[in-house]
Amino acid sequence: MISLFKNSTQGSFQKVPKSVAIHGVLMAYTLIALFPIIVVIINAFKERRAIFRDPLALPTLDSFTLVGFEQVLLRSDFGLYSMNSLIVTLISVGLVLLLGAMAAWALTEYKFRSNLLITFLFAMGIMIPIRLGTVSILRLMVDLNLVNTLTALVLVYIAQGLPLAVYILSEFIRTIPKELKEAARCDAVSEYKIFFCIILPLLKPAMATVAVFTMIPIWNDLWFPLILAPGEETRTITLGVQQFVGQYVTDWNSVLSALTMAIVPILVLYTIFSRQLIRGLTSGAVK
Amino acid sequence: MTLPKSKATPPLATEKKPMPWHIVFFLGPALLIYLTVSVYPLLDTLILSLYDEQQGQSSFVGLQNFVTLINDENWSTAFWNALGNNFKFFIIHMLIQNPIGLLLAVLLSSPKLRFSSSYRTFIFMPTMLSVVIIGFVWQLLLSPIWGISENLLYHLGLDQYFDAWLGKESSALITLSLISVWQFVGIPMMLIYATLLNIPDDIVDASVVDGASSMQTFWYIKLPLILPTISMVSILTFVANFNAFELIYAVKGALAGPNFSTDLMGTFFYRTFFGFQLQEGSATMGAAVATLMFLIILVGIMLFLFFVQRRIQRFQF
Repeated sequence: MISLFKNSTQGSFQKVPKSVAIHGVLMAYTLIALFPIIVVIINAFKERRAIFRDPLALPTLDSFTLVGFEQVLLRSDFGLYSMNSLIVTLISVGLVLLLGAMAAWALTEYKFRSNLLITFLFAMGIMIPIRLGTVSILRLMVDLNLVNTLTALVLVYIAQGLPLAVYILSEFIRTIPKELKEAARCDAVSEYKIFFCIILPLLKPAMATVAVFTMIPIWNDLWFPLILAPGEETRTITLGVQQFVGQYVTDWNSVLSALTMAIVPILVLYTIFSRQLIRGLTSGAVK
Repeated sequence: MTLPKSKATPPLATEKKPMPWHIVFFLGPALLIYLTVSVYPLLDTLILSLYDEQQGQSSFVGLQNFVTLINDENWSTAFWNALGNNFKFFIIHMLIQNPIGLLLAVLLSSPKLRFSSSYRTFIFMPTMLSVVIIGFVWQLLLSPIWGISENLLYHLGLDQYFDAWLGKESSALITLSLISVWQFVGIPMMLIYATLLNIPDDIVDASVVDGASSMQTFWYIKLPLILPTISMVSILTFVANFNAFELIYAVKGALAGPNFSTDLMGTFFYRTFFGFQLQEGSATMGAAVATLMFLIILVGIMLFLFFVQRRIQRFQF
């Protein structure tokens, strides 16, 4: 690996086959992308002395320890935080998909006054970050008595996810052949049944793309949990890790373990779904 | 993204129809949530920025809050500092993140490349993780206490250049920008890669038949075709950068130290709204900062739509 890297950086393209140079650059960058993550994970399983003596070594029988993880589980409620994140993310994404598909259907299928205005409003939301309204969102949640509830987060995340969902799903609905709906209408099937029984099942592939795009920012968000639901009971995993690391910054075992516990589930999920994710990204859904 | 260009209403049937309940049913819930939690708060924030609140008394002050931000010594230093830093943050992304993303995309799209899906998966990995986690990971890696970076540089013979980059006023912002670049390079890579894959083979083949070198093919055939994607990536970067908060907050806290050298609009907004140290938080001043951020982002998007996007020809295959 090292030798490929050197060849490519010297730019001696004539001597080295082109494909070797390409692999060299890509491998080097892959190493840069993964190195920090790997270092944190392997050191989470090592004793404090080993962490400092040889940070790049894998844990051995001598240096292996789970003390960091024990400390994290003892001092903070990681299970609760993960549960909160899971609840918020699943409910938000589910509702974004359902309500987004319904709205996209209404906006693309029916002609009515203000259709264009509403389409434009949703389109604006793709570019204008919802964060800019935070001052008023907090006031609104205070008035509705929703501060420090997961409901507040769910509402905000639905509003945050809807614009892109409506946009992508509308594009997709336009590609569905007219004959399908017309045939159903001739048979006097109700508009509700047409949507839920015919259209919605067809939207699955586009919904997978939307789900991924919506899920990641919600799971990773710090801003709204910090402002709307900072309480112990409603803390999400991202906020929980941030607070924990801030508090125990000198306890290296705990910090490394907390980070590892936040990283690994995402990496596992990512590895499982990366094919779909990348297909979604490259399918032209975001042109 | 396609924005409707005219505000003309669509043709309507003139006769009075019964209330279309199915449209209300389909559109209602999404619209209700979107209007109450996103559109209304944004408009309310814009209006709130024109008011001042003292002991619960709200009074209209016109543009006074903005004058204060831009001119008043207590505020203007911090404001201009955050704005300037934010531009530096953005420029570093444009100069480093997007070119690296372009290079990786071009390499990934080379024909018959083995392992290309593995490379893609791995290089995109950091983008999936929370900015907060990434911030902490790099804080550990760059820590002089752990010394892992210093050690690596030592093995490369560069250890005299090691410094506590995150802790120094002169280098903290650049270091944080580079961390952010490292995390998000996958996005331009992936989007440009997707566009490259969509270029039909016959166009490329034609240029090869005409005797173009691979460099010429890239420069004259592929690059013009991916320019729209590059400009879209630029505007995405712009919006994300002027909205950034988490990385600075995780690594440096709300005070964006040392000595505010890493302060961005996002952290400035947070401090203005919630207060810090001796300064009390102010909703109206916070709203004013948010309004300015809104205007900056809006101007950025407009410039993009009117100047860049209009000049670029779109190609349909």
